[in-house]
This record gives sequence, structure tokens and C-alpha cells, in this order.
Amino acid sequence: MINRTVKDVAQATEGVQDGMTLMVGGFGLSGIPENSIAQLVKLGVTDLTCISNNAGVDDFGLGLLLQKKQIKKMISSYVGENDEFERQMLSGELEVELIPQGTLAERCRAAQAGIPAFYTPAGYGTEVAEGKEERSFDGKPHILEKAFKADFAFVKAWKGDEAGNLIFKGTARNFNPVMCGAATITVAEVEELVPAGELDPNQIHIPGIFVKRIFQGERYEKRIEQRTTRKRA
Amino acid sequence: MLTKEQIAQRISKEVKDGYYVNLGIGIPTLVANYVPEGIDVEFQSENGVLGMGPFPFEGEEDPDIINAGKQTITTLPGASFFDSATSFGMIRGQHVDLTILGAMEVAENGDIANWKIPGKMVKGMGGAMDLVASAENIIVAMMHTNRAGASKLLKQCTLPLTGVNCITKVVTNMAVLEITDRGFKLLERAPGVSVEDIKAATEGTLIVEGEIPEMNF
Repeated sequence: MINRTVKDVAQATEGVQDGMTLMVGGFGLSGIPENSIAQLVKLGVTDLTCISNNAGVDDFGLGLLLQKKQIKKMISSYVGENDEFERQMLSGELEVELIPQGTLAERCRAAQAGIPAFYTPAGYGTEVAEGKEERSFDGKPHILEKAFKADFAFVKAWKGDEAGNLIFKGTARNFNPVMCGAATITVAEVEELVPAGELDPNQIHIPGIFVKRIFQGERYEKRIEQRTTRKRA
Repeated sequence: MLTKEQIAQRISKEVKDGYYVNLGIGIPTLVANYVPEGIDVEFQSENGVLGMGPFPFEGEEDPDIINAGKQTITTLPGASFFDSATSFGMIRGQHVDLTILGAMEVAENGDIANWKIPGKMVKGMGGAMDLVASAENIIVAMMHTNRAGASKLLKQCTLPLTGVNCITKVVTNMAVLEITDRGFKLLERAPGVSVEDIKAATEGTLIVEGEIPEMNF
């Protein structure tokens, strides 16, 4: 067994520097690497480019890094729900590249799988296609999209073991698995870290080979963005 | 004129037994409430769930189980969770049978704009560009005019596009229309709304052939 554990979040984030490109897992506030984000705030690294589907809310998730003006550029598919983000974007302080959600996911997966680029129909004929190579397959137009290049990927899983194997829960899975191994260094934080051998190999979502560093996170807040319920009959 | 709920109710009639359906945010989300008994459908949410159920009971909300609108949800028997690349594989690979989404503008050639108002609103396209570029069967749920009364069914979209030549059907508070090579073909009108009313509210080419029936629910 190759042990991928590091002792804490400080060790897990070692090597993060100003100007780096980071992938950050999560959809809205679900499945975000809360501990790693908090540590990035603490480290005070700046001029970051963040690849993440959303940008958090004003006081949680990537919103915490935005508040401290640590992010230079965001690459996302949807950035509503964040006033500070909107303010920085409209004033020109923050550079924003909006891309289709499926393209975002596939550009991560391509990086993970060593595929330099791929064709997709998403965005053809729109602003997204500007400057990109176009090609038709079976009469349907597509655009060429490239794999991301990132220095770190920060992901969050439900359970993990010392070997770096990961299991996700519910829709907190989202972008986390496709970011594993898609950056030079992948850091996984988990709610429960167990010794190797305790997880059933049949149930592993992401094999440890895609994860460089793993640690057990603490004090998960797991904030709910839209609490919707129904009344009991 | 139809309410948002009635638009959703009318669209629910397009949902057929055995369909996998992706519902966008807003009016489309309401469609799930009106799918008749005895029709088996599964709702897909692009953040990674198939077999979405109703909202949870109070106290049973799970932050790890949400829909693409970030609302807490439940799952039904047979449900599955998956990552975002797999989710868009379902969409791009045309495994999803029906996509229902909202729009700011639709053009008579099937173009759609729903993600950006330059200088005013930039929230992003989310999964909309992937959905409209790949889905074969797309229904747009929208209001026929904006608050100022101007038509949202146009000859040509004025806002940045989400997709080109992709929309097949539009259900508004005034009418059901099919997009054909010749423009918007009027299929049904809302109760109490005349063909003349619809003509006046449609900037794009409107094709009216024969008697146009009133919708029934």
C-alpha cells in the first residue's frame, strides 16, 4: 500500500503559491473542500485562478477567498448568489470566464485522463465559440475545447482510506471525482479517514492513484443554500 | 392568460411514459408537480442525480442531496448519483428524452437566449448550453412578453445566444407554438386569448393554419 495521508490541512496545502491555478470541487455549497478553502484564506495566497463550477456565497465557500481579494480569475459555469462576486466582476477587479457546465466537467475529466482536447456541440454559435476551432461530425457543428491545466485540485469526499481511495455521498459528488488527478497535485479532504483495507474495493469511486494527499477534515458546516421542504400530511 | 403553474401543467402533458427528463430552474421545476399518475418518468438534475423525488419533510433535509437549483430534495426508489462528467454524458449523449427550460428570448429559427444581459445580469449559462446543443426534444417555458409588453418571441434574438437552431416547442402564458422552417406555428391558445392577441404579442413570423383550439388541461 502506498500511503497518501498527510497529517493535517497545513501539510496538505504545502506548495500553494501566489498566481497558481486551482481546481476546487463542489456544486453550490455542496461537496466543497471546506477545510482547504479555510486554509487558503489563512495562507493569504493571492492572484489565484480558480476553476470551480460556482463561486460560493458572500460569506462561505470560495466567497471567503473573494472577500479577501485572493482570486484574480474565476472559471465557472454559474456565479449567481454572490453579491461581492458581482461587484468585483462589474468593477473589473475580477476576471471571469464563464463556460458551459458540461464543458467544464469534461475539461477536468480530459486533464485527468490525458486527453489534450475534445469536440463538443455545447456553445457552438455563441460567445463561447469565439476563437475556437470548429468542425462538423455527421453534419453537426462542434467546437474544440482543451483540457485544463492546474497546479492543485482541492476535492472533498465522504470517506477515504490511507491509500487515497475515495467514496462520495449523494450529490456532494458532482465535480469532485473529475478533478482528481486533473492537476499536478490533488488534495482530498474526507469526513472519515479509515485504514487501508476497510473500504470495499468494489465500492471505490476514485482510486488512490488520482489522489496525492489525503487528510481528515474537521468541523464540516455543510451549509444549505436553498432549504426547501414539504409539510407532513 | 396562463399562470406559471398552468404553463407547467400544460407542459406536463408532453411528458410521456418512460421518459428521462431534465427540468431547468423556474417554471420547468413546477412541471414535476403535474405529471399524471400512472406515467413512469425519472427526473435528472445535472448536478448528479437521476430519480429525483419531492422536497424532504421538515427536519429531514440533507445538505449532500440537492438539485441543480441548490434546493434540498429527496430521491425515489431506483435513483442514482453520479459525477458531473457522467451527468453531461447523459445529456450530450442524448440519453435524456426531454429537456424543459426557461428563456429570455426565442427566435423563429429556434435560437434561444437565456444566460446573459450585457452590462446588467451575468450569472452564467450553467448547463443550459450543453442541454440545448444536444437535446433532440426541447420545450421552452416562458412568458410571451416582457414586463413592458414587448414580445420575447422574435425574428432574431437580441441577447447573447445560448444555442442556435435548437428549440422545437414553446409554451407561453398565451400559446403553444411549434418552431418550423417557416417560423412559429401556432398550435393552441390559452383560454380567453384570441389569435389576434397572440399575433400582436409575437414579433417573429407567426403561422396560423385553420382553427386554433383552446388548450385543455
